[in-house]
Amino acid sequence: MRAAGLSVVTAVAAVTALTAVTGCASKSDAKDGERVIGVTATDSTCETSRKEISAGHVELAVENKGSKVTEVYLLFPDDRIVSERENIGPGTKQRVTAEVKAGEYRIACKPGMKGDGIRQTLKVTGGSTAARDPRLDQAVAAYRAYAQTQADETLPKVAVFVAAVKAGNVEAAKKAYAPSRIGWERTEPVAESFGTIDPKVDVRADGLESGQKWTGWHRLEKALWQDKKIGAEEKTLADQLVTDLTDWQKRVGKAVITPTSMANGAKELLDEVATGKVTGEEERYSHTDLVDFKANVEGAQQSYELLKPVAKENDAALVTELDKQFAALEALLDKYRPNKTSYEFTSYDKVGAAGRKELSDAVNALAEPLSKLAAAVAK
Amino acid sequence: MTESQTRSGSPSRRSLIGWGGAGLALGAAAAGGAVAMTRTGNDVDPAGADTGAAVAFHGVNQAGIATPVQDRLHFAAFDVTTTDRAEFVQVLKDWTEAARRMTAGKSVGEGAYGGLAEAPPDDTGEALGLKPSRLTLTVGFGPSLFRKFDLADRRPDALVDLPTFAGDALDAARSNGDLCVQACADDPQVAVHAIRNLARIGMGKVVIRWSQLGFGKTSSTTPEAQTPRNLMGFKDGTRNIAGTETDRLEKFVWVGEKDVTGKSAWMTGGSYLVARRIRMHIETWDRTSLQEQEDVFGRDKGEGAPVGKAKERDEPFLKAMKPDAHVRLAHPDANHGSTILRRGYSFTDGTDGLGRLEAGLFFLAYMRDVSNGFIRIQRNLATDALNEYIQHVGSAVFAVPPGVRDKDDWWGRTLFSGEA
Repeated sequence: MRAAGLSVVTAVAAVTALTAVTGCASKSDAKDGERVIGVTATDSTCETSRKEISAGHVELAVENKGSKVTEVYLLFPDDRIVSERENIGPGTKQRVTAEVKAGEYRIACKPGMKGDGIRQTLKVTGGSTAARDPRLDQAVAAYRAYAQTQADETLPKVAVFVAAVKAGNVEAAKKAYAPSRIGWERTEPVAESFGTIDPKVDVRADGLESGQKWTGWHRLEKALWQDKKIGAEEKTLADQLVTDLTDWQKRVGKAVITPTSMANGAKELLDEVATGKVTGEEERYSHTDLVDFKANVEGAQQSYELLKPVAKENDAALVTELDKQFAALEALLDKYRPNKTSYEFTSYDKVGAAGRKELSDAVNALAEPLSKLAAAVAK
Repeated sequence: MTESQTRSGSPSRRSLIGWGGAGLALGAAAAGGAVAMTRTGNDVDPAGADTGAAVAFHGVNQAGIATPVQDRLHFAAFDVTTTDRAEFVQVLKDWTEAARRMTAGKSVGEGAYGGLAEAPPDDTGEALGLKPSRLTLTVGFGPSLFRKFDLADRRPDALVDLPTFAGDALDAARSNGDLCVQACADDPQVAVHAIRNLARIGMGKVVIRWSQLGFGKTSSTTPEAQTPRNLMGFKDGTRNIAGTETDRLEKFVWVGEKDVTGKSAWMTGGSYLVARRIRMHIETWDRTSLQEQEDVFGRDKGEGAPVGKAKERDEPFLKAMKPDAHVRLAHPDANHGSTILRRGYSFTDGTDGLGRLEAGLFFLAYMRDVSNGFIRIQRNLATDALNEYIQHVGSAVFAVPPGVRDKDDWWGRTLFSGEA
């Protein structure tokens, strides 16, 4: 999990936004001034310079004329975040960029960074989005199917885990724990794009916000491995896990997936590995980190393989490098499982410092070129 | 008369003084006052530290050795993970190009912003708006690199594996490495930016094995610069080799044509680097009486004058010092004339688990011959009174190839392409 629950979509936008902030704003302006919507925020108003724009790249030029720090969001009608920018100080200007398709959107300013914000509508008209390579549309469709399959196949495995918890069978629950997480870990960026589900099912103790109740897999992990007992509370939480994951299963089909978000999602999966799994933080009680690790890499590879035909045309050297580094990382991971078809890996507390360094190096070797995949499919 | 005193014709007072000892010498104070290094192309204005000027990257020798010492250090040792020689050579070429840009105060590749929105920028960006800050990047090749790429026949004889010295407590995780990059700059962020970007460029082919940050330079802008003090509070490196002392650089630092023949000829214009992480037992040292502290070093604490003398730069009378005094044992006269160019930095990496400062000297020394240089001196320091207060905890040795000559040249070309 990640504490802040950045969606696949916003992760893309965050990169562009930062780029703009660091000084290339003039370049964006020069490129296409009519793609810019001015947003003037005060402590009580949120004025936008236009209410309608054609589909494609859009840039919000935000100026905070109020006295409070504000946030600006571009939202889907259901409040899903398309793109956002936080911490816009009084008197400062920021830019928020996004790719939008036709439809109704909202632009929201949140003075004081609280509440639902002051909202304006934005209508995006269709037709002008540049025709996308049909192979990329196929890639997106195939990835969506993959994400759905992962969710569909996860639920029965979660059912096994939950049944063991509810039966009070600690050993059986421990055995079913890691397998129940594989589908989720493979498609984590998509799951995280829903925002509300991840904090319920995959949050760690240190990721809890003030007042947030700890629920989900890791809460049960702690009960099984550390507390070594299952009480009434755990059984209730197990049911809750099923409910929340069923919600995920139903929503996967609605996820906004683009070739760029697929590519960045693949990189994010490696980031998950680099920051959570390599350190052993993710599965601190069960030490099943390598199972998550493997699932993250598989999910990243799935995105990559689907995008590869297009990426190869734009950047053949990158594809060669990625093929090589995926293979190297997988070969390294295979050293930690006796059976190449099983997901039973060495307990991570048995992996010493040298082994962890080797895994970390291999992740970096793959993640660095993988960060260039989005550009290779966006060209 | 010592060797340096014979150079009476030199216009620089600084060039009359200075010798290279080993041990705790706090690197190249004298070199810090040097004015110009025409041979390396490092003819930077001595006011460079103030103006943040650039040091020339191209030259017969690599910059960062005889260059006036900058304020800050980020040193990184790398392990090579690729077994493909062509791939490694490409890293060296890419590094050279990045170093050429960074030492000139420019961003790496396409820069830190303004590129494709979907891709991470080439440059990490934290050095934007900062001056070149006299950044120098110096590359060295460890003994293990020659084994890894089947280059044993090109390994120069002078690149010996360091023996175990009395008192060594070396941590493998802070020792050795297939190659190293020494980044020195007057702004720490510039030095860190350089290592960070080189590491990023090398990902998948080379990985950082260990790295060390250093500080501890007082002033290098004027020939009258104060000799820096080490963390024990003593002036050290009073008689280091100065960057202007062409003769002594030739004699003690640069590898000459006659030193390397046949397949080792690629090292002409290079040097050898010994790096030692020397932990100081700060707290026990601080409880030591002034008399003992001065006896240990063989100099007085205030002025830095040798025992029995009035001024820091007075010629030491070694026999007046205790037999185990640091200066007495490290002096060239006690080591068959052995002299090395020191370029070390102090470090303080927070505290250890016992609340003691994790501090000391990151010793860096360049020399023409490792056996007759560092090894001889360090062996002589086996009885050094200072050893009670220090411990060598990291160690590495590297062959530092000659300089990158022009825009078409690259680090290590003479080794990997076979051209001298």
